[in-house]
Amino acid sequence: MSFIYHFGRYLIMLKGMFSKPENPKLYWKEFMHQCSEIGIGSLGIVCIISIFMGAVSAVQTAYQLVNPLISRIIIAQIVRDTVILEFAPTLVCIVLAGVVGSKIASELGNMRVSEQIDALEIMGINTKSFLVLPKILAALVTIPLLVILSMVLGIIGGRITIAASGIIPTALYDTGLRTEFVPYNVFFAMAKAYTFAFIISSIPAYFGYFVNGGSLEIGRNSTKSVVVSCIVILLADYVLASLLL
Amino acid sequence: MIEFNNISKRFGEKIVLNNVSHVMETGKTNLIIGTSGSGKTVLQKCLVGLFEPDEGNILYDGVSFTEMNEDERKMLRQQIGMLFQGSALFDSMTVEENIKFPLDMFTKQNNTEKLKRVNEVLERVNLSGSNKKFPAEISGGMKKRVGIARAIVLNPKYLFCDEPNSGLDPQTSMLIDQLIKDITLEYKMTTIINTHDMNSVMEIGDNILYMKDGKKEWTGNSKDIIYAENKNLNQFIFASEFLQGAKKNMMQQQPK
Repeated sequence: MSFIYHFGRYLIMLKGMFSKPENPKLYWKEFMHQCSEIGIGSLGIVCIISIFMGAVSAVQTAYQLVNPLISRIIIAQIVRDTVILEFAPTLVCIVLAGVVGSKIASELGNMRVSEQIDALEIMGINTKSFLVLPKILAALVTIPLLVILSMVLGIIGGRITIAASGIIPTALYDTGLRTEFVPYNVFFAMAKAYTFAFIISSIPAYFGYFVNGGSLEIGRNSTKSVVVSCIVILLADYVLASLLL
Repeated sequence: MIEFNNISKRFGEKIVLNNVSHVMETGKTNLIIGTSGSGKTVLQKCLVGLFEPDEGNILYDGVSFTEMNEDERKMLRQQIGMLFQGSALFDSMTVEENIKFPLDMFTKQNNTEKLKRVNEVLERVNLSGSNKKFPAEISGGMKKRVGIARAIVLNPKYLFCDEPNSGLDPQTSMLIDQLIKDITLEYKMTTIINTHDMNSVMEIGDNILYMKDGKKEWTGNSKDIIYAENKNLNQFIFASEFLQGAKKNMMQQQPK
């Protein structure tokens, strides 16, 4: 019953976002602000985890490929495909669910508890449209870009490790990256990125927007929003993989 | 004028408002008083549409608020200003940006005109020169005044104040009361104040609605209250021996 109640309220919140903006200029300003908060604000962590996941992926693949009958070029292909198919979209988005999700939930929760949302409502502003929609749109714009950046940095991270440890020659790694490349994988990764971007922004927005209580509840809802977002991301990951691969 | 008839509201099994009816008069400071949990905040939230009453009708100058659609309510809300208990200022904005926000959202004025209006209202609430400060950098009393400035910047017809004196020292409290009273007369607004501040009741109570357990218990003004025979009201207003002594003095000074 609780799930149906929350899911219904979540859908009503999403429906309520779509109304004529009172002043499009302010909505645009808020959207750009959110792009900066979500996109630029997450740039550092995305760069760090992407380089390391590429590096670790390269080392661990090389460690497992001990059979002399398997060409070492495959290390590059495995790094490329795992980064594009799974690590960049899923791992980065799970990290972003924590970084961006908790920020969205606590920001909206604080606004709710301190009556700032009520103040906007009293002014005659559609708060779902003014506060929630720009966050979701900004996430849909910036998170896929971060995922693309993560793919590039992951592959570079793998190359740096290969070059530093001498597992295989870098020229072989570069050749491996270009061998049997399937562009559809990038499309699949982007489909995941857009889906996860929506999950990362809308679920925490729901938990933040409907906070009821005080600062303790903001913390609880913020944590809950990250947990639920991560579970839904993993579920969506499985569904998308089943449908699109 | 705001008139509400037979307003009822319940949360689950708990009846918070029970058939409350009253008329809030224009150009007067209308007070809703009562102990904590008596339903005054819920009543005020019903009046501004933050809560939907389960029963009853609310009329703004004769027009039914309860029957308005969302767009009509949005239009009406541009004529409503509200001062919240915690001021509800936007943390990330300066005092100037907080007050300018409704102007940015709802007017087509240029920036110079907007800033002129912001400075006017800041001067009106005696906060000239505080434009660039953030809410975290100003005192509780100043926050209330910024809240009032933001509430009146669009020249509203109706002003709602939820416990404007809470957390303030008696002197600042009196200044805020007087400011609200003066602004009400100046802007010819219908002002509705939720309070349990005894001083506010006696100083600015033009039209008082006393509530207890979600019901209307007594109505009158600050003069009537001295001679009110309602036992609950007397226990609420003149709670301490000091206040009972003050009541006796007031009765001597203002014979019935």
